[in-house]
Amino acid sequence: MDIVFGDQTFWTYFFVILTFSVYIGIAIWSRAGSTEEFYVAGHDVPPAINGMATAADWMSAASFLSMAGLIAFMGYGGSVYLMGWTGGYVLLALLLAPFLREFGKFTVPDFVGDRYYSKVARVIAVICALFVSFTYIAGQMKGVGVAFSGFLGVPFNVGILIGMGIVFVYAVLGGMKGITYTQVAQYVVLIFAYTVPAIFMSLAITGNMVPQLGFIGNAVGTDVSMLEKLNTVVTDLGFREYTSTDKSTIDVFCITAALMFGTAGLPHVIIRFFTVKSARAARKSAGWALLFIAALYTVAPAVGAFARFNFIDTVNEAIYITDAENYDVRSAEILADGGKPVPVWYKDWEATGLLKYEDKNGDGVMQYRGPDAPDGLANEVEPNQDIFVLANPQIAQLPNWVIGLVVAGGLAAALSTAAGLLMVISSAVSHDLLKRTFTPDMTEKQEMRAARWAAAAAVVLAGLLGIFATSLPFVAQVVAFAFGLAAASLFPVIFLGIFWKRMNKEGAISAMLTGLVTTFAYIYYFKFVNTNPDLWLFGVSPEGIGFVFMWVATVAGVVVSLLTPEPPQAVQDLVEDIRIPGTRSASPAAIDL
Amino acid sequence: MAKIETKTPPSEAAKRAYWTSTKRLTIGLLIVWFAVSYGAGILFRDALDAFSIGGAPLGFWFAQNGSIYVFLILIVIYCVRMTQLETKHGIRG
Repeated sequence: MDIVFGDQTFWTYFFVILTFSVYIGIAIWSRAGSTEEFYVAGHDVPPAINGMATAADWMSAASFLSMAGLIAFMGYGGSVYLMGWTGGYVLLALLLAPFLREFGKFTVPDFVGDRYYSKVARVIAVICALFVSFTYIAGQMKGVGVAFSGFLGVPFNVGILIGMGIVFVYAVLGGMKGITYTQVAQYVVLIFAYTVPAIFMSLAITGNMVPQLGFIGNAVGTDVSMLEKLNTVVTDLGFREYTSTDKSTIDVFCITAALMFGTAGLPHVIIRFFTVKSARAARKSAGWALLFIAALYTVAPAVGAFARFNFIDTVNEAIYITDAENYDVRSAEILADGGKPVPVWYKDWEATGLLKYEDKNGDGVMQYRGPDAPDGLANEVEPNQDIFVLANPQIAQLPNWVIGLVVAGGLAAALSTAAGLLMVISSAVSHDLLKRTFTPDMTEKQEMRAARWAAAAAVVLAGLLGIFATSLPFVAQVVAFAFGLAAASLFPVIFLGIFWKRMNKEGAISAMLTGLVTTFAYIYYFKFVNTNPDLWLFGVSPEGIGFVFMWVATVAGVVVSLLTPEPPQAVQDLVEDIRIPGTRSASPAAIDL
Repeated sequence: MAKIETKTPPSEAAKRAYWTSTKRLTIGLLIVWFAVSYGAGILFRDALDAFSIGGAPLGFWFAQNGSIYVFLILIVIYCVRMTQLETKHGIRG
């Protein structure tokens, strides 16, 4: 490949190499020296820094690459992601984070094991945490592969190997401490990469440089609001109105709730709050995290709407050019005839398979139509949702360096989330399975070594999942598993463990197993065995069912607890203590079962 | 790890009062949390769409933008109020 100074490939390499060097540099500077540093960064990360790291940890390849595109297609239906993936932070701040920090240990299974005085409960929590984390991490690795193969001309699998190598260096060396400071750098890269194209697009479409204001403003040069104009444009092509949805209200409700409670129950998000100094710092940190997340999430709906506009504007009724070699000549000829040639970005992206055109009526013109097109023409263009964020800078004709920046941003989003998940996997194995369950005689040094080996093994396994999962059709669909399972299996036992002293071992085990089994079975059945939506329970889709089974698991846990003996006094005292900040850190050896 | 605590630990009565106020505050904030997202953004969306904010239907705007701003304000209120409660009841925080 020829790389010319200033062209798109030059800038992509420039930003990717620059950001990767920064990540490696941070990893070497912040190596972990003890298990406390490795698991929780020594409990002394400042709240704002932890908030920024949490934001990068949380915003994955899906948030960065896919979400705006999903919103562009789904319109109002995309609200489930916007509310679901931010509202969970209110639950975290008010119900979980400060109390878990006051508890003061290292992992989510740590809390479950100690609070429910049971190795069985700890191991079940480990299984839930591992299951959730592995489904999630496969998607991140896939995102890394897509970014590398789409932009750097590197084969998909080699892209994944490079990504694995980078994460390996800073997760295995630095542990939580290394990851925290790398995630701060990754947040800066990803938010900048997301916002710059959004500002340019907002200026072009609405004349307002703040995307959140452009979103509610008028289309440029008219007195019609941008959303109203978009509704007209899409209904004229036979789509439903942008501000409407084809999902039922109950389904929108349940999906939003499953994503919110799932967010609050995700182990890689929760462990970030173990890294701050106190319960008060954990509360503040949740606020900072949501502020940094909102910086992307309030821009995303604007990007979605603008992208839908631009896509229709540039592609619909364009004259297709079959002869890619002579694209420049043909496109100049079409322009000279007063026609509209297929845009150059479309030709660039067609090779990735993310865009498909089939000339059904044989007129050589690209008709983009919805199911109820008034002119009765068939739709000929099939865009993939992932195309929008990646191609937006080109669609909006932004400078080449912006494109390089967006690639670096996508990689930052995927790598930061992958690293956070790796920490959950490695600490679940070295701390919860080995140190606290099977080989309690380990020294700290041995535990550290086990943690590093577990992280290394997890990197390899995640990479393999990313490589082999691409040949399987269900990568995007398994994400429903992660949130549903976190909501139904982990959230109830953590919440009740803090707010209901009477909750006991038997109740916790029943609640986790009920949530895990029912949600797993439902999603598996309706995703892979019988996909007929008419059979859904109460009309709730597999994406939203975690919310329903969360209540079933809660009821199971409460009923079983009331039928069995109450927890020992030491555990009831522990619950009292974690509710009052400052109690536990004054007596760190409170109980150790 | 163990820091030397010079302040006297809070009394049992103070702890109980603190926890009662915490629960009350939490419930209040969660009612607003529910109202802006599930209420304004989903259940009563059609009714709210009769109004608009700028050029966006109000219910739609709450679902895509407004609820996020309110979530943020809720956490800020929680942090401020909790610190006040801790000072009032002599809890270290």
